[in-house]
Amino acid sequence: MNYQYNIGCSLSNLKGIREFVRNSLKDQHVPEIEMSAIVLALDEMCSNLMIHAHHCNPDHMLELHIHIPVQGKFIFEIVDNGSVFNINEFHEPDLDNLVHQKRKGGLGIRLVKAIMDNVEYLKRDEKNVCRLTKIIK
Amino acid sequence: MVHIKRLQEGGADIISVIGEIDASSSIELDLAIAKSVGEGFKQILVDCSALEYISSAGLGVFMSYIEELKDKNIPMVLFGMKEKVANTFSILGLAELLHITTTKPEAKKLADELSV
Repeated sequence: MNYQYNIGCSLSNLKGIREFVRNSLKDQHVPEIEMSAIVLALDEMCSNLMIHAHHCNPDHMLELHIHIPVQGKFIFEIVDNGSVFNINEFHEPDLDNLVHQKRKGGLGIRLVKAIMDNVEYLKRDEKNVCRLTKIIK
Repeated sequence: MVHIKRLQEGGADIISVIGEIDASSSIELDLAIAKSVGEGFKQILVDCSALEYISSAGLGVFMSYIEELKDKNIPMVLFGMKEKVANTFSILGLAELLHITTTKPEAKKLADELSV
């Protein structure tokens, strides 16, 4: 089963993204803790893109695709035309530094990497695709 | 969407966070804590029992106050978190950096101990 959701780059749309992810997975017997973590990871990736690649311009669109597997391996793709921000190349600061510098950012990427099994970037039809994979046994 | 209520009890400012905190609403939490500090409260207790969701934007707000509150000797204790919310804190290891308890009396007791 595949699901798709198109949304403008406004932070007020994050709630809709969370609902879309939750609704798409609701019949998949995903444990609640895992479900909440997946919803969080998608919120983090989309808000990152909205802020850093699209400067919260609501006319810029993101496409969110969810591929529900026959068993186990869930694939989430965020497709856009913005500049690529590859979180695999970003070295997140350690927590002590964040506290010391009173910084509010830098935690989202850490969350995504902790929650997802794989994060990769590819090009498809001239668009950027950020593909997140989560294996649920 | 988040609603934030503040009430004062036994010298502590109790900030109740109701709903969801994400990148669009974390500013509300930031303003509430800033007000509490600005008004000179000596203890801040954050009631998370009606907090349904928090993303890194909200976690970042709590993190950003750790140093300032330590410098000003104002203990901030979070309490009443649902398991799914607590899990977000523990994924990042923030449970070690912040003061978190299960109930309000425990939060008050810990704040009293930290105030000494």
